[in-house]
Amino acid sequence: MTDVTLTTTPASEPARSKSLLEIDERTKKRNAAETRFKFYGIGAIGIGVFFLVALLVSILSNGLSAFTQTSISLPVPLVQSEIEAAEKSIVKTSKYRDIIGAVLIEKLKTAGVSTDMDSKKLLQIMSSGAPGALREFVLANPDAIGTTVPFDFLTSSRVDGYFKGRVTRAALAEDKNLDSAHLDIVDQLKEQGSVTSGFNWQFIFGSDASDSRPEQAGIGVAMVGSFYMMLVVLCLALPIGVAASIYLEEFAPKNRLTDVIEVNISNLAAVPSIVFGILGLAAFIQFAHLPQSAPLVGGLVLTLMTLPTIIISTRASLQSVPPSIRDAALGIGASKMQSVFHHVLPLAMPGILTGTIIGLAQALGETAPLLLIGMVGFIASEYPSGVFEGFLSPNSAMPAQIYEWAKRADPAFYERAWGGIIILLLFLMTMNIVAIILRRRFERRW
Amino acid sequence: MKFKTLVSAAALAVAATAVSGAAQARDQIQVAGSSTVLPYASIVAEAFGENTDFPTPVVESGGSSAGLKKFCTGVGENTIDVANASRAIREKEIKACAENGVTDIIEVRIGYDGIVFASQKDGPAFTAFTPSDWYNALGAKVLKDGELVANPYGTWAEANADLPDAEIAAFIPGTKHGTREVFEEKVLLQGCEDTGAMKAMVDSGMSEDDAEGACMSVRTDGKSVDIDGDYTETLARIDANQNGVGVFGLAFYENNTDKLKVATMSGVAPSTETISTGEYPVSRPLFFYVKKAHIGVIPGLKEYAQFFISDELAGSDGPLAQYGLVSDPELAATQDAVANEATMN
Repeated sequence: MTDVTLTTTPASEPARSKSLLEIDERTKKRNAAETRFKFYGIGAIGIGVFFLVALLVSILSNGLSAFTQTSISLPVPLVQSEIEAAEKSIVKTSKYRDIIGAVLIEKLKTAGVSTDMDSKKLLQIMSSGAPGALREFVLANPDAIGTTVPFDFLTSSRVDGYFKGRVTRAALAEDKNLDSAHLDIVDQLKEQGSVTSGFNWQFIFGSDASDSRPEQAGIGVAMVGSFYMMLVVLCLALPIGVAASIYLEEFAPKNRLTDVIEVNISNLAAVPSIVFGILGLAAFIQFAHLPQSAPLVGGLVLTLMTLPTIIISTRASLQSVPPSIRDAALGIGASKMQSVFHHVLPLAMPGILTGTIIGLAQALGETAPLLLIGMVGFIASEYPSGVFEGFLSPNSAMPAQIYEWAKRADPAFYERAWGGIIILLLFLMTMNIVAIILRRRFERRW
Repeated sequence: MKFKTLVSAAALAVAATAVSGAAQARDQIQVAGSSTVLPYASIVAEAFGENTDFPTPVVESGGSSAGLKKFCTGVGENTIDVANASRAIREKEIKACAENGVTDIIEVRIGYDGIVFASQKDGPAFTAFTPSDWYNALGAKVLKDGELVANPYGTWAEANADLPDAEIAAFIPGTKHGTREVFEEKVLLQGCEDTGAMKAMVDSGMSEDDAEGACMSVRTDGKSVDIDGDYTETLARIDANQNGVGVFGLAFYENNTDKLKVATMSGVAPSTETISTGEYPVSRPLFFYVKKAHIGVIPGLKEYAQFFISDELAGSDGPLAQYGLVSDPELAATQDAVANEATMN
């Protein structure tokens, strides 16, 4: 064997060039390989950037329109007798709707817009949430009864879509919820300034709305649900994760058992999130009898999911603290505990916080486990009345709300789903930037 | 140690919340089930929250079967109160319910829903279907020249010369949907009988039940695709495939008339009118089921049930009809039954 190699090697070797200035075959080959590799790298980055740009463009082009909303201003006279009659009926909002209908007809008359539609048909240009808004105002301000109050009601999703270019006159041919005649009316009202478009605060601060009034839907309450969940995750995963890693890293004896625990923690980090959802349903709802759809349960499930991430990153940052620090502390008489808590932990803190923030960001965008514990669906709750209710009253979360909107029939919900994605991305970006800043400013390199 | 106090304080706070949470009574109604009923239930839930002093009920979706399964897990505060279903509850499910102590169930029919067949607005001219067309296009075994053969048709025109010469690409609801059952019974089985395939099967020695089962089995060569997600997924598939034909709920179609065109079934165009008169053949009743044991325990449960089927909401002028529900002509009887808390036998 050795003989063969010895004899063949010189034969296969290309002739070396005589001068250093002259590039020989082998060098050329190596240089070419390097150039090729550079192009592959640039190509890979190019593909990545292309998809990122395509993603951002599609998110922004689909979602930005969710941030504006058309509304119609109507002065509503609040007549005592009418309101009393409405409050006596079963479906009170239907009576309030009649009040608004009468006002709208009056408005068109004074504006000089002629129409042969009746009040019910005419009201299709307005959100079906308008009567609810009116009633809420009346209940909150009983003193206003007897006066005329100017209101800004939302227009219906199709009228809104018309001004955003989503709904065209041609598309309305088959639509039983709006006609071209309606559009003629809103066009005239727009010219007179009664119909205006503005920033959609309702979308940022509102709660979910039913399928018949997408224009009223907002992500605010779901944001609060996400906030409470993150609070639970932070309060549980950080202390438990840090305690577990400090013990494993600094105190635990190195033996089989700790090895098994270590391997299992790494495995846990790779478990699909839906598994934690099933676990949460079985352990927290069916066994511990915690309420369904509650951010507390969502937070507990996400804690399970985030723990391994935090443990792994904490251990990495504890490991990166040089042993000389520990030795020095022990050398001047500190106890093991003192050396860890006074010296090692503060130095590892930036790394721990970075890991925690990234873990939280991951948990914030998680939908799958929430599906199983009842946090996906129509959960149009109001803002929780207190911290306690915040944890326990049914709520959704931002990604769950986006998922829910993407499923609904009216295209206006689809637009809102994209809008929700923009808000979620802003949150994730902020969290990641904070993590980067923390790392840059406080991390010490040894 | 600042850090230690922080840790213990946080742990204590969370533990305290958890313990007191278990003890606190639930005060809002929990609903789960059919994704077809979900839009109606959400409209009612929203109006219920707006018009009464009770909190807005929580409505989850996930399919009729999943909802009824959840409904039947038992009685108590951590089980749901109402299950929405786009089909009637099955014997098997009633039994499963009874085994877990859920015995007194109130069945409430809220109205009817039409199932429509729609395709891309600018796609091939799918304007008129019959159950036979669908059976010939999608059935596993069809009758060709008097013989039962594995489905040989590749285009709609091969199945029926009046239909466009377009590749068969049907998107039908998956088996977890209640809509699938209606599609099988009212379209495939009907088509099977109409084309004579059923008779041929029975003649070949199959029992009546087996033949019915064979009639409702769909070809598996990829021309028919089961959609397990919602109608939005079906719509996305049709958007991407010019030849695609999909099965939708009437309300969904009415919200997306700019993208879809609907076909007639046996010559009748689907609309709330043709469905309520029974002319349009593919429709089904929608239900919700209430646990009687929870009435009086969960505040507002009976009021919610009554509110749902009140004339103002479920009547032909109400918001549910506006959204696409075909109102029930026998609504008054249902209202009485709910007022008396009449349970199923």
